[in-house]
Amino acid sequence: MSGARAAAGFEDPDRAGPAGGSGQHQPAAERAAGGLLSKRIVVGYGFWIFLLSDIVMFSAFFATYAVLVDETAGGPSGRDLFNLTNVAIETACLLASSFTCGLASIAARTRDAPWFHLAMAVTFVLGVAFVSLEAREFAGMVARGAGPTRSAFLSAFFTLVGCHGLHVSAGLLWLLTMMAQVFAKGFRADILRRILCFSLFWHALDIIWVALFTVVYLMGAGQ
Amino acid sequence: MSEADLPVDADTAPGDERNESLTTYLVGLGLAALLTAVSFFISGTTLVWGPSIPVALAVLAISQMGVHLVFFLHITTGPDNVNNVLALAFGVLIVVLLIGGSLWIMAHLNHNMMPTDQLMRMQR
Repeated sequence: MSGARAAAGFEDPDRAGPAGGSGQHQPAAERAAGGLLSKRIVVGYGFWIFLLSDIVMFSAFFATYAVLVDETAGGPSGRDLFNLTNVAIETACLLASSFTCGLASIAARTRDAPWFHLAMAVTFVLGVAFVSLEAREFAGMVARGAGPTRSAFLSAFFTLVGCHGLHVSAGLLWLLTMMAQVFAKGFRADILRRILCFSLFWHALDIIWVALFTVVYLMGAGQ
Repeated sequence: MSEADLPVDADTAPGDERNESLTTYLVGLGLAALLTAVSFFISGTTLVWGPSIPVALAVLAISQMGVHLVFFLHITTGPDNVNNVLALAFGVLIVVLLIGGSLWIMAHLNHNMMPTDQLMRMQR
């Protein structure tokens, strides 16, 4: 999208390192006072640390699930419950939304508000589709008597998958907030930092989903 | 600006694009979709030896996570990314210890302990 705008030579005042495009304009303050990094770098790195700690929390849920996966207490196992077509649609939604989230961050970098809002809106729709498919799956399982209280396996399943679903739901609220902030305040430096953190969060959720659909659904339904 | 003028130790925030464009995301989307499709295909196939399927799924999932990290989160091996990669490496270490350690301990526990029903009978 609008490569012309990028070529027109805007400068990101917050960008550390070489300014893309026009070479001679190197912000003097970028590593001011003996190696202080720009705020964008510090914010992004701090949020990266948070995401890694979030992934460590998910790994605890994964470990719990892996330990309890065979403890079905005579109830239904994954093979009886999982519908891989549904999971494939969910996966496609989340992967496509990760892509459109990337488009939104390109649009934010080139200060292209219409494209930004369009890409974020598509991301939102795909995210809502994912969450509602998951909610429908959960409701169907509870209606069949396979709720989280049925067995240790199902408790671990609902905790792990539900925790990811909660993260996606929170991400959807954050997405709407970012759209509103760009609409009201424009592409200010602080807003751009928040967009960076949001896109990191959204891509990290997709990475967790890759582990999730492999370990829980494909390995659970395939055996 | 020539390469030599660049500060060697400049850092990049994870997820920060420098020269990445639509192409990067398109390549990432294509690779991720391909790996996902192979995962779903192989999980139900009878074309390969059964016990190898979970191993294949694990390898496919790990490579897809790598695709996401490189093409969507822009984690690279460049000198500006050392901090991000080190943090990631520490995270991976903790994840491996947590999951691997839990499975190892619980497998030994199950192996070494008497089945619960026998234990109950002895206590009577």
